[in-house]
Amino acid sequence: MLSPLILISAVLNGLMTGAVYALVALGLTLIYGVLHIINFAHGALLSAALFAAFLAFQKLGLDPYLAAFVLAPAFFAFGYALQRFVIGPASHGDDRNMLLVTLGLAVLIENALLYAFRADTRTVDLAYGFKSIDFGFTFLAVPRLISFAAVFFVALALWLIMVLTDTGKAIRAVAKEKLGAELAGIDVAHIYAMTFGLGTACVAIAACLLIPTYYANPRAGNAFVLVAFTVVVLGGMGSVPGALIGGLVIGVVESLASFYFGESLGQVGIFLIFIAVLMVRPRGLFGASA
Amino acid sequence: MAEPLLSVEHVSRRFGGLLAVNAASLSTPAARITALIGPNGAGKTTLFAVISGFLKPSAGRVRYGGEDVTGEPPHRLARRGIARTFQIVQPFAGLSVRDNILVGAHLRHRARSAALDIAEAVAREVGLGEMLDQPAHTLTVSGRKRLELARTLATEPKLLLLDEVLAGLNPSEIRDIVPVIRALGARGIGVIMIEHVMQAVMSLAEHVFVLAEGRIIAAGTPAQVAADPVVVEAYLGHGAAAKVRSAHVQ
Amino acid sequence: MRGFLPIVIAVAVLAVVPAVVHSNVVLNFLVVALMIALAGQGWNILGGYGGQYSFGHAAFFGTGAYVTAILQVHYGVNAWIGFAAGIFAGAAVGAIIGGLAFRAGLRSSYFALVTLAFAEVLRIVASVAPITGAGVGLLVKLDLRAQSFQFQSRALFYYVILALVAIALVIAQLLERSRFGVWLIAVRENEDAAMALGVNAFAVKLAAMALSAAVTAAAGCFYVQYFLFIDSGIAYGTWISIEALLTPIIGGAGTVFGALVGALVVKSLGEGAKLVTGDVPGLDLMIYGAVLIAVIRFAPRGLVGAFADLHGRLARRFMAPQPPVREALRG
Repeated sequence: MLSPLILISAVLNGLMTGAVYALVALGLTLIYGVLHIINFAHGALLSAALFAAFLAFQKLGLDPYLAAFVLAPAFFAFGYALQRFVIGPASHGDDRNMLLVTLGLAVLIENALLYAFRADTRTVDLAYGFKSIDFGFTFLAVPRLISFAAVFFVALALWLIMVLTDTGKAIRAVAKEKLGAELAGIDVAHIYAMTFGLGTACVAIAACLLIPTYYANPRAGNAFVLVAFTVVVLGGMGSVPGALIGGLVIGVVESLASFYFGESLGQVGIFLIFIAVLMVRPRGLFGASA
Repeated sequence: MAEPLLSVEHVSRRFGGLLAVNAASLSTPAARITALIGPNGAGKTTLFAVISGFLKPSAGRVRYGGEDVTGEPPHRLARRGIARTFQIVQPFAGLSVRDNILVGAHLRHRARSAALDIAEAVAREVGLGEMLDQPAHTLTVSGRKRLELARTLATEPKLLLLDEVLAGLNPSEIRDIVPVIRALGARGIGVIMIEHVMQAVMSLAEHVFVLAEGRIIAAGTPAQVAADPVVVEAYLGHGAAAKVRSAHVQ
Repeated sequence: MRGFLPIVIAVAVLAVVPAVVHSNVVLNFLVVALMIALAGQGWNILGGYGGQYSFGHAAFFGTGAYVTAILQVHYGVNAWIGFAAGIFAGAAVGAIIGGLAFRAGLRSSYFALVTLAFAEVLRIVASVAPITGAGVGLLVKLDLRAQSFQFQSRALFYYVILALVAIALVIAQLLERSRFGVWLIAVRENEDAAMALGVNAFAVKLAAMALSAAVTAAAGCFYVQYFLFIDSGIAYGTWISIEALLTPIIGGAGTVFGALVGALVVKSLGEGAKLVTGDVPGLDLMIYGAVLIAVIRFAPRGLVGAFADLHGRLARRFMAPQPPVREALRG
């Protein structure tokens, strides 16, 4: 019924969307792998970053791809402060408390955005926003191609940080064995905050990549992040390759499902996959057993 | 021996490539105190987990009171009368001592007042009578061990699996708790205890099983097992039995 | 009987309010606050006493609401029967979600995630399905007679929701004193240790979830009778998942009065904020988020818990003499 060309186009588009899912999921899985908490504030942080990217364009005339270089460090600092001064002290080390605190943050941030910006969506109009490149068999949008490439650069940068820098090694140590790392003199509270900062920075970069083709509104981040949760659970909590591969897979699945069944049911499909994975194989494809 | 209360038959438990318990068999009649000893990592707690239903065996059967109870979940086994304590004590930290024991007492008594009476009686039995209203997390190690024991006793078990209940206690605390355990046998409760404190094993146990590297390597009275060279080797290493013998000769 | 005295006093005090206060604005505020308290008490049964934190209680609120609305609007069923059916349907959905989640051994964060996912699935389905009115929602026909569970006077609605809250308070009190409640709390504190003591953790959690869902579903049914309108965002939206969770946590999870106290405090804060800054969307929820974080940080046992701690400290200061040192040293 469908020509293979249209199918290929859907798959390629799915891969490009999937790359951004992967980036958002990367932040989430990094935080889980080290702090062992599911950051329920991730979606609200994405919404905040989308607004930040929007404002950078509107008020400062800053192209989103350039804004990423400003927003990433800014959001890194924000994430660091959140973990160090709000989440860490409030949770008293209890899993259940951390759940509630990140939920509280999500509610606070999302509604602060609602209060400040109302519920209307804001979009960014770039000169090359609608440009696409003709590959012969299909057209692919320029911004989405840039996103795809950018995600792999970010993943590479993260990998280099983890492997080459002292902080990265400390992060890996804490992820593996917190008590041992502490006894070896690592400041765990600081490392937790650094990790949370990195995860938030990923979100900020993802927002900058998204804003040319997506929109900013207080609930925008949530829609994205529920998909990111699915990616993380599918790929395995705490697994970086899992987040990347899972993101691409989910992107393609969503693209094909929306194609065949329409957008709403496509979304429901993602959730059903999510629920099914949680029930049948909670550790996902690459995660460690619970 | 009359029909044994518990009969573990060729139980094995595998974790991926590791065979933690390898065709272990043991049995005990009612009201006897049995010890399960062996070097660290021998698989003793894993075997307890299988007997008490927290793990399913990869092979073998567990029989209790003549019935095959292999693979039944822990709560069902507790109802049958098999109770266990944990190596790392697990009190209900936020609750009082009384409320902790109450959970166990409710297994056989639905009414709150009856269960509370049982809880108080059991607390006195193990020496926690003065601390009923204290929060469990304020107890010392010795207190928590007693609490763990009290909770399980409140379920009115016929077979009690004690996992290193003496670990972390100083000699005078051990001296205080040993008679409590001995009294259980007199009450008709069978006890299997995993223990490293040898003086307690020698004085309490009527029968001993030795587990090393997942296998039962010896069984008998405490004196028999202590003299067994295979057991000495398991603890002290290859050739140690000969060294010990020659040291004695000198 | 002595244990029920605080409930009797609280309900009596609240029952007097409509006789003293005639402002419709205040009555409306109280009706909504009590409805949230009811939804929150539902959450409290599973989350407070059972320790299983659901982030998707909207699934039960919305099911209760839609079942009663659909029965009335599409099938002409009597509103009171619809009410009962809604509660039963909510309990059934709770049993299904709980059965699936607990069978799979999901705990803590994973449980929270899966409940969130189920609520979202229901919301999306309700937003497109014809029977729920899809994007438009369902309007229940105005019929101001008691037999249609609609009342001319706001005070009557107030008494109905107060009665429902009173029942929920009694349920919590009975729970605390019952064997089921002791088992449920044991599962919360340490599931493995509870199982070793003969507690069938799966059955206990499942029953708690069904009961919890039923109580929250009752609040959903009441919503439909009071506002006569329901849509997917109201029924299954995150707002009610958050408020049902927030009120007992702030008031005191695992206590009889926590949800009621929490609802009155939280709703008052919201209204107070609106009076100061005007009816700007997002402000009340912003405050709720901030209060939640503050409570977890400074008073993790909630307001009722903090009050109990303070009471205990004052009692020890002024009543019992210091215990002898020897006693303190003994294990």
